[in-house]
Amino acid sequence: MAFITASWNPLGDAFYRKTELYEMCWSLRDGLRDCLVAAAPYGGPIALLREPLRRSPSSRPQLEIYSASGGSIASFPWKSGAVVQLGWTVSDELLCIQEDGSVLIYDLFGSFKRHFSMGQEVVQTQVLEAKVFHSPYGTGVAIVTGSSRFTLATNIDDLKLRRLPEVPGLQGPPSCWAVLTQDRQTKVLLATGPDLYILDNTSCTAVSPPGLGPQAGSIVHMCVSFSYKYLALFTDSGHLWTGPSHLQDKLSEVDTKVRMSPKQMVWCRRPKSQQPSVVLMWDRLLLVAGVCSDTIQFPLDDQCVCVGELDGVRIISSSNQELLQEVPLVCQDIFKIASMAPGALLLEAHREYEKCSQKADEYLREIKEQSMLGEAVRQCVEAAGHEYDSNTQKSLLRAASFGKCFLTDFSAESFVSTCRELRVLNAVRDAAVALPLTHTQFKQMTLQVLIDRLVYRQFYPLAIEICRYLKIPDYQGVSRVLKHWASCKVQQKDLSDESISRAVCMKVGDSAGVSYSDIAAKAFECGRTELAIKLLDYEARSGEQVPLLLKMKRSQLALSKAVESGDTDLVYTVVSYLKNEMNRGDFFMTLRNQPVALSLYRQFCKLQEQETLKDLYNQDDDHQELANYYVTASYREKRLESRLSLLQTAVDEFNKAKNEFAAKATEEEMKLLRFQRKLDDEKGAGLLGLSLQATMEALLALGLQKQAEQLYRDFRVPDKRYWWLKLKSLAEKEEWEELEKFSKSKKSPIGYLAFVEVCMKSNNKYEAKKYVTKVTPEQRVKAHLAVSDLEGAADAAIERRSESEMGAVLSRCSDSDRLLIDRLNRAKASAAKK
Amino acid sequence: MAHSARRDCPELPDFSLLKRLARDQLIYLLEQLPGKKDLFIEADLMSPLDRIANVSTLKQHEVDKLYKVEYKPIISTSDQLCFLIRPRIQTVKWICDVANADKAAGKFRRYKIIFTPQKFYACEAILEEQGIFGDVTTDEWAFYLLPLDDDIISLELPEFFRDNFLAGDQRWVRTAGSALHLLHSLYGPFSKVYGIGRCAKMAYESCRDQVAEGEQRAQKAEIGNVFLIDRDVDFVTPLCSQVVYEGLVDDIFKIKCGCVEFGPEVTSSDKSLKVMLNSQDKVFNEIRNEHFSNVFSFLSQKARNLQTAYDKRRGMDIKQIKTFVSEELKGLKQEHRLLSLHIGASESIMKKKTKQDFQEMLKTEHSLLEGFELRECISFIEEHINRQVSMIESLRLLCLLSITENGLLPKDYRSLKAQFLQSYGVEHLLTFYNLRQMGLLVEQQPGETLTVMETKVGKLVNDKTAGKLTDAFSSLAKKSNFRALSRRLNLVPKSDDEYDLRVPKDMAYIFSGAYVPLSCKLIEQVLERDGWTGLDEVTRLLNCPEFAATAGNGPDVKAKSDSQRIVLVMFLGGCTFSEISALRFLGRERGYKFIVVTTAITNSSRLLEALLGKHE
Repeated sequence: MAFITASWNPLGDAFYRKTELYEMCWSLRDGLRDCLVAAAPYGGPIALLREPLRRSPSSRPQLEIYSASGGSIASFPWKSGAVVQLGWTVSDELLCIQEDGSVLIYDLFGSFKRHFSMGQEVVQTQVLEAKVFHSPYGTGVAIVTGSSRFTLATNIDDLKLRRLPEVPGLQGPPSCWAVLTQDRQTKVLLATGPDLYILDNTSCTAVSPPGLGPQAGSIVHMCVSFSYKYLALFTDSGHLWTGPSHLQDKLSEVDTKVRMSPKQMVWCRRPKSQQPSVVLMWDRLLLVAGVCSDTIQFPLDDQCVCVGELDGVRIISSSNQELLQEVPLVCQDIFKIASMAPGALLLEAHREYEKCSQKADEYLREIKEQSMLGEAVRQCVEAAGHEYDSNTQKSLLRAASFGKCFLTDFSAESFVSTCRELRVLNAVRDAAVALPLTHTQFKQMTLQVLIDRLVYRQFYPLAIEICRYLKIPDYQGVSRVLKHWASCKVQQKDLSDESISRAVCMKVGDSAGVSYSDIAAKAFECGRTELAIKLLDYEARSGEQVPLLLKMKRSQLALSKAVESGDTDLVYTVVSYLKNEMNRGDFFMTLRNQPVALSLYRQFCKLQEQETLKDLYNQDDDHQELANYYVTASYREKRLESRLSLLQTAVDEFNKAKNEFAAKATEEEMKLLRFQRKLDDEKGAGLLGLSLQATMEALLALGLQKQAEQLYRDFRVPDKRYWWLKLKSLAEKEEWEELEKFSKSKKSPIGYLAFVEVCMKSNNKYEAKKYVTKVTPEQRVKAHLAVSDLEGAADAAIERRSESEMGAVLSRCSDSDRLLIDRLNRAKASAAKK
Repeated sequence: MAHSARRDCPELPDFSLLKRLARDQLIYLLEQLPGKKDLFIEADLMSPLDRIANVSTLKQHEVDKLYKVEYKPIISTSDQLCFLIRPRIQTVKWICDVANADKAAGKFRRYKIIFTPQKFYACEAILEEQGIFGDVTTDEWAFYLLPLDDDIISLELPEFFRDNFLAGDQRWVRTAGSALHLLHSLYGPFSKVYGIGRCAKMAYESCRDQVAEGEQRAQKAEIGNVFLIDRDVDFVTPLCSQVVYEGLVDDIFKIKCGCVEFGPEVTSSDKSLKVMLNSQDKVFNEIRNEHFSNVFSFLSQKARNLQTAYDKRRGMDIKQIKTFVSEELKGLKQEHRLLSLHIGASESIMKKKTKQDFQEMLKTEHSLLEGFELRECISFIEEHINRQVSMIESLRLLCLLSITENGLLPKDYRSLKAQFLQSYGVEHLLTFYNLRQMGLLVEQQPGETLTVMETKVGKLVNDKTAGKLTDAFSSLAKKSNFRALSRRLNLVPKSDDEYDLRVPKDMAYIFSGAYVPLSCKLIEQVLERDGWTGLDEVTRLLNCPEFAATAGNGPDVKAKSDSQRIVLVMFLGGCTFSEISALRFLGRERGYKFIVVTTAITNSSRLLEALLGKHE
């Protein structure tokens, strides 16, 4: 612990340190010599292509993919053309840029995904150099061709090739170049001799870095910082110029005293860097040149590759991997020799405390006197985050925890989250997982992405553990991991459908947010339709199953699932899909088995496609519905002939449906229509369309007795109806004599009370009274009451000895009918006695 | 004469929130189409809309002119048209016509269709078919529920009944589910859900799925119990003549969206008056649930009280008069106005209903319910048809006869049908066909065949895999079994002693003591038994799937005591005011508070008009 500063190298007023990340577990025969190497930032994978340019058909170069710790992930012989450049996308896909301008994309496991081309003209001119870069838009590719033209693709997932304008006077390849992202624009910065140009979409602008005189010589190497904010230029006189990438300013100029162009040049800085630097690498030397003109030199005894990170540089050699970074300020404060920073004192206090020494108290007092305890704890927590060694982390965190005890209002949140995060980081830094992330990188990349990366590398159990440990809601955490796992599982060709579906179901169960239909879709994508169907069965929401089933052409099943879901929109979607996919006969047959879908489609047809409706009924031999259809249609028809013919068709259908009643009724309607038409023509009676009753009424009102009579006979109108009709009509016309004649024509089938009431409705008491006597004894009281003949009513009631009727009469009596009331009461009493 | 309520009745949740939500969303949608625009509103959305946002609110959000959708070419000069419609194919087709006409005339406008409460795929399909899918923007106004009163919420979807029960079109079921889900998310979680009927079950399942998909929020449950019921479980109740005041007003004057228009004969002036009928109307609130025979005496008592209140003025000194005028007079005047209105309405009802015919009709109805004097009933109906008293009433009596008797004898069926057709025209063949489909008016099958078929179907119904067949046989299976149900549930009280309508002893008072509404009886029984146990025979007779569901983890005991006595009853296919009155009575008796959610307020004429053949 005391020697923590042993690996620190001063640079200006800051320190740089190298931390070993891994002993590489690969065994490379020839080290990294003659290799194309690409290592992704954020502890990404490493791709190697040995001797890419040796184009002999007999010996194919081997493309190898390793984890950051050198664990082999994939290896396969390279069968395509000559590769100029390798690179990784932000989603850990490998880009292989070939000489002919085609770019092949492989996934982490070496399986080919797709390819695209950087333009036709490149096939002729060939790619001289290529660079893979990352911007907020994604991963991009830039190439320069043999004819010194640049082509850019800012996002390979949304490929738009941009050919940049020509550089005037550029003969042959530029001496060096870099891709810049500025003001949401991607540009190329290139140098030829001492001249510097910026190429954007439309123009080529010559620029000169401030303070870089012509005496400095030609620019032979350049690099841009991780954030694109800083630029470093190396000239053939060994000068290193650094400044912001907008070239308005200069940071420093350092004479490296090495005139050879470095093999690699990378910015090494960190957020809130005190002393940014540029790392230059030659065959035997690694030079850290700070903007303060100080340098640190590390001898190299092996071929290395530098990988620029957000907060440092990873140096990969064939034997090990180190992280070179500026020591964070807080760590400096704590560990710097003889530091009096509160954090350092707290660490010391804790150390003494563990030794059971009373000095602990002294240190604590000292911090507390300055009221710096909170700051001390904060420093320890923060420093722990920056340390790679777990023992150092522990001692810092213990010190923080110790200090925390003496604080009353200290929020433990940052302490707890740092503990948790460090635990996760230590787990993923393990050589088996090999994601050597710093805390800063982890914060930048976010937990979500970390989990995604774990999932992508198929570390499912670890991902799930982390989700559970950090208590991420299932929906974003465990479920998502399971979903990926299941999607991966269904691609395992060596397992049977049965065992896969069982395994998936067992693991996934009914975790919220895992959609079986998505998993099934994946299975279908891999050509395993049967498996997809099995998996779909687990999907609880029938609605989710439908789109995939349709895609798999299981339309019947799709329809029944849609119906099951209870979502009529979905049913309708399937129906309209089927309508287009199937021939009509099959379509109707399918519907027939699904009443819900059928009703829905019928409803639609009723409003949209009447003809289809008919076909539908025809197909089903549903004669009843067909007949109804024709009847409905007949009412829409204005012309009598077509109306009659529709009705005739309806009659036929009714007969087929064995609905004799309806057939007969319809026939009679036709008869009635013809009759009405005839009379309308002859007398202009305006009868067409009236009901039988209304027709007779109209006829009687018009005085067309004979015709009414005819209808009465022809349509076998019940006597009662006819009598009512005639009675009302005569009374309305006040043909009282006719009425009386009619009443005597035969015994009334509706009785005579009706006569009394109808007469009274016409306010003719005189006529009404004529019929009172004819009323049957049961109704006589009512009849008397109807004509307001109380006496008569009373007589009738007493005669019939009916208490209730007597009551009815009584209720109509007023006070003036004293005598009558007495009589009724007496009769009532005597009736009650009996 | 208001009934003394049990004092521990829980408070009803505040449903005005539903209105506020709907209004805010509508305003948001209108603002999505900035600038002046003309708004076309579907005719049957006018009244509900008026309850949510009045004209001035609409104008504030740059609605220039308001039109009713009339399926005619439009006259509008605005370059932005907004359509507020139900998701109906017919209306969408009309909008297509409008847009295409504009295109033909070289006119450029922006069109926006706001579907409420949701859009259907079929509507968008029409837009696509007519080639204007790209020209219009569509939106959904999730206006599912309109609170008509403190305890009545309506979906205002009268077509639910015909579409679902006659055409077998289940598109609205999900809408009902969403409406229930909305209530669940605002006033839930519900601890117990009971239901009966296919549609009820599907609506509940839809709601349950939506709850499962959505985010869980812990909140205080305001509604404890939910009961869902399909209209086709009980057709008898809505087919009976209503004799409770509110029901009568609906039957005679037609209450529309909680609002009634009283004609000159009621207002005793020369113009009509639109009146809101709800608990805000103090007079109405006291008589709405009363049997009509009590209303007059109550109103006259009220009038006397009012007079006394007015009379207090005499003998007051100046100061007292001043306070009287400032504090009481306005209230008294208001009450006076309402009182005279309701007296007018009652008189008008009296004039129409106390005639001989009405008494006879009630007598027939009661006989049908009791199953007495069937021949007399049939001749009464026959005469009713022959004399063409009223088509809907005739149909109503026919249906009532058929349901209570499990179908008509073939001879009666044919003769009555023939007479009906003679009276009202042969197009009613379709009406009869529809009624048969619904099982409302059927012919008894001769002999054993039906029972054999029935047992078969009954088995199929219980067998879930045979769901398809159930549909096919559903019309056959729809045997009402009313008589058996009536015996088992004691729906028709013994008519030995006089029923005192002033002091009702059960829910039968809403039908003059002749019949306890089946729907409400079921609710009572299920609440009492805390489920369907012991009602197996009843559900078998009803032949509808029943269900009961309890939420996994019940809310804490404190919340339980209050919310458990709030019962939300959802009628799928409509409910009548009489049923609401019966439930209010039940609530007072048992210390429940009922909230009625219905797809629409219905009554016998609305129900039967929806089934007329001419509809299509």
